[in-house]
Amino acid sequence: MRNFLSAALAAGALVLPTLLLPGVARAQETPPLPQLNWSFNGPFGTFDRASAQRGFLVYKDVCSACHAMKYVHYRDLAGIGFTEAQIKAIAASVDVPMIKSDGTAGTRPGLPSDAFASPFPNEEAAKAANDGVVPPDQSVLVDARAGGPDYIYAILTGYTKPPSGVRVPSGLYYNEYFPGHLIHMPPPLQPDQVTYTDGTKATLDQEARDLTTFLYFVSNPEMEARKRMGVHIVIFLALLTGLTYAVKRKVWSDVEH
Amino acid sequence: MAGLYKSEIKNPVLRWVDTRLPVITLMNREYAVFPTPKNFNYFWNFGAIATVQLMVMIATGVLLAMHYVPNTHMAYASIQTIMRDVNYGWLLRYIHANGATMFFIVVYVHLFRGLYYGSYKYPRELLWMLGVIILLLMMATAFMGYVLPWGQMSFWGATVITNLFSAIPYVGNHITTWLWGGFSVGNPTLNRFFALHYLLPFVLIGVVFFHVVALHITGSNNPLGIDVKGPQDTVPFHPYYTVKDSVGICVFFLVYAIVVFFAPRFFMAPDNFIRANPLQTPPEIVPEWYFLPFYAILRSVPNKLGGVTLMFSSILVLFVLPWLDTSRVRSAKFRPLYRPFIFLLVIAVFVLGEVGAHKPEGIWVLLGRIATTYYFFHFLVILPLLGKLETPLPLPESISKPVLAGGGPMPGAAAAKPMERA
Repeated sequence: MRNFLSAALAAGALVLPTLLLPGVARAQETPPLPQLNWSFNGPFGTFDRASAQRGFLVYKDVCSACHAMKYVHYRDLAGIGFTEAQIKAIAASVDVPMIKSDGTAGTRPGLPSDAFASPFPNEEAAKAANDGVVPPDQSVLVDARAGGPDYIYAILTGYTKPPSGVRVPSGLYYNEYFPGHLIHMPPPLQPDQVTYTDGTKATLDQEARDLTTFLYFVSNPEMEARKRMGVHIVIFLALLTGLTYAVKRKVWSDVEH
Repeated sequence: MAGLYKSEIKNPVLRWVDTRLPVITLMNREYAVFPTPKNFNYFWNFGAIATVQLMVMIATGVLLAMHYVPNTHMAYASIQTIMRDVNYGWLLRYIHANGATMFFIVVYVHLFRGLYYGSYKYPRELLWMLGVIILLLMMATAFMGYVLPWGQMSFWGATVITNLFSAIPYVGNHITTWLWGGFSVGNPTLNRFFALHYLLPFVLIGVVFFHVVALHITGSNNPLGIDVKGPQDTVPFHPYYTVKDSVGICVFFLVYAIVVFFAPRFFMAPDNFIRANPLQTPPEIVPEWYFLPFYAILRSVPNKLGGVTLMFSSILVLFVLPWLDTSRVRSAKFRPLYRPFIFLLVIAVFVLGEVGAHKPEGIWVLLGRIATTYYFFHFLVILPLLGKLETPLPLPESISKPVLAGGGPMPGAAAAKPMERA
């Protein structure tokens, strides 16, 4: 019986690691994702303000030409250190569609309370302009992809020459990390695609990192508050657990058990 | 005075209430002085933890319902509003969404405790069956709750699961249409799922109440699985078990908090962050982890009706468990053959869980079939036979007298009084 038990335990030991690492077997076709050291990683991670602000610039100058971000508001930019004046200016630079008092369509300058303006008025327009495919909304894009920020970074930097023998149809592009490798999005970032105002050199790697940091922020704007609260709550609960256990020991000390 | 309860409460105000509605006496009897076996281990925490977790889910759920919109056009956007604009909305949602995971972990451990220590046996059969009803209600509630965010997995999970009913001969398609309120999962489906998701937890409270009432009639089982022989075997519930349960609840909240604050999306499928799109099937439709073993059983049968039947049977078999297990000894501690088999069952369930997460191809089909076979073999063949073949170890004379401290070893069957052998 003892042998039987140890065999059963060994079987369990074989199964458990695969249980704990979902998706290990699924990523065979593509190379493993690069594991970057993000500023927002770990229990005390925060958003690198400078990087996220540069990332917003990349989004504004490049991504927003095709991708909507309709669940994010200009006021949310305060979360990565933009000042009230900056946010007002950013919002005001956008024309927001409105119905004028005479009932005709018009536009007005954006306000911090407005949602990010979408590049296309509706899905059909987005499809028509993009070869029949709607560019995904970026509000929660990081959370909507397995691998999260590492995957986003990998896609942004993963455009390579197709291996010999792979034919890439026109309108598609070869990307190492994209499932199936053929992606509709043309390589979005080139070195020096944007001009950073803080003097940072706009390499492809830098742009991809900055943009990913920004996209992680818009997907998880609550992260810093959440982790800060979490540290307090975990410390409190750890103390409470210790205290409760001590009381339990004291209460049970007169019982023979 | 006729009709008034003779309360022993001293405080005049409380006494006034208690003579008219003796809830204070009731609480005192059932939760303060209630005699409880003194030898519980920490496995006995999980019932209390599950009760607390039900309250956490209802509290956060009611608050979320104040901001959620059960309409296919607005559901996904309302989740975004909750996460971004509602004060502490992200906290409520992460507590609620991860709460389902924590709830199932607790309930599965609670269920394992029952299996391992024979808590389902005479006289606790009905108590156990009420527990199985609670599990079924929880599963229905969790399934419908997962549909509400209206992401890709919400929509396609709902489509797959509701489609199972179409396997019923003759009326299956009609039932499915009736469940949907249309000809596919759509707005009527989402709206009624929300109504039921709000209703069922309160039904759960009712069944949990009966579960607890039944428990207080039979009294708790204990790790030795023998009956309480007298006051020397018990301690009053308060303060002994109120404080011990509090320790468990604190540890539970500690783990829960770490998930909510530092890894809130660990158990969430990335696909469910994409808005539901009826025209685009995701590459893989995978249910939440707590349904994976059942999903694996469903897919291990090549026939749809067969798979559905087997999947529902895997829960229904638990209803008749008290009569399938023919052994009169409760605790696995004294059952040398049952012990390895129950661990094998746990392994089979873990294997099924892993199989459920993979596409049904290659080795996963075979593993799924082996584990499914063992699952049913365990309940339908091994348990009935084991009671006849197994020689139990000597049972202790009582909870306060460990097995060898008293009159020396006695054959288990002879030492046990008829009540606890039953």
